[in-house]
Amino acid sequence: MRTFRADLHVHTCLSPCAEVVQSPRNIAAAAKRRALDLVGVCDHNSAENTGAVAEAAGRVGIRALPGLEITSREEVHVLALFDEVESALGLQERVYAALAGENDPDVFGLQVVANADDEVVGFNRRFLAGAASLSLSDVVGAIHEFGGLAVAAHVDREGFGLVGQLGLIPDGLPLDALEISPRLTLEEGRRTFGPGWPLLSSSDAHAPDEVGRASTSFWLEEGTVREIGLALKGLGERRLLG
Amino acid sequence: MKLKDLAGQLALNVIQPQGNFDVVVSGGYTSDLLSDVMGNAKERNVWITCQTHENIVAVAKLKNLAAVILVNGRKPDDAALKKARDENVVIFSTPEPEFAITGVLYNLFKK
Repeated sequence: MRTFRADLHVHTCLSPCAEVVQSPRNIAAAAKRRALDLVGVCDHNSAENTGAVAEAAGRVGIRALPGLEITSREEVHVLALFDEVESALGLQERVYAALAGENDPDVFGLQVVANADDEVVGFNRRFLAGAASLSLSDVVGAIHEFGGLAVAAHVDREGFGLVGQLGLIPDGLPLDALEISPRLTLEEGRRTFGPGWPLLSSSDAHAPDEVGRASTSFWLEEGTVREIGLALKGLGERRLLG
Repeated sequence: MKLKDLAGQLALNVIQPQGNFDVVVSGGYTSDLLSDVMGNAKERNVWITCQTHENIVAVAKLKNLAAVILVNGRKPDDAALKKARDENVVIFSTPEPEFAITGVLYNLFKK
């Protein structure tokens, strides 16, 4: 067992709000510079760049975990994290079926699909900045159905954060953890959201120099979502170190 | 009614002045769900909201809204302010809550 330093919320150039230079190779290089072991790739409502980042990161010895940042009907952002790209793509299909409209790149930004060599493969035309017609509890249920971890994103942020949108964390919502933005330290986060939730700190990076500006350390056997799931529950000697 | 006249009548504070104050306002829409605004606000409406995220600017631009009015004395996020300046989306602030400012606006248009 050893310590794994993870930034579990990083966007790529597929997210309309991210910079075009937030490419697979640039993310991998930034993660290497920041001495991260794990990077969670969570674009808005899509997982189309997760395979490319996983490949680019693998070349420099970093594991990229495929994921999505889903916008629920209530406009709450929820991270989904997986071990397998196929699982993320499976959930993506569920999200796409619930996502109406087409992106206007002039208004929201480009949605670049890239390969592991930073070549542009195409442009996603869906309205990834939009909200899926899935309720928060449907989103969490779907993430678990595909075997992923469900994390309420940036709960300290008013816009698109769970608490900002809904006022409180709904009773019985089976989230695996809460994420706080780099604006809060973990200590401040615990004071604000109570000791009852596993708390993650991640960058929500939209540009390479933001990758790793916040991170969470785990004590794990290997750097997988399955192991992180155990650590969040404190099982099998796996631990969330903070 | 032109936006500049409406701003005076509602005693709004101008937060982001770059934009068209001569636009003829078509009415108002009050909502805090961006997807709802995208679906239901009408062109040249003023939008009353407590949301301050930069996406309010994108939505205002996309729907060709006349302006955004932030309630309860709220200020836009830095990124929203910058984007609004770039995109010529006028942003106001009012100390009033949504209920009160919507009521005043409603009465202006009912006349």
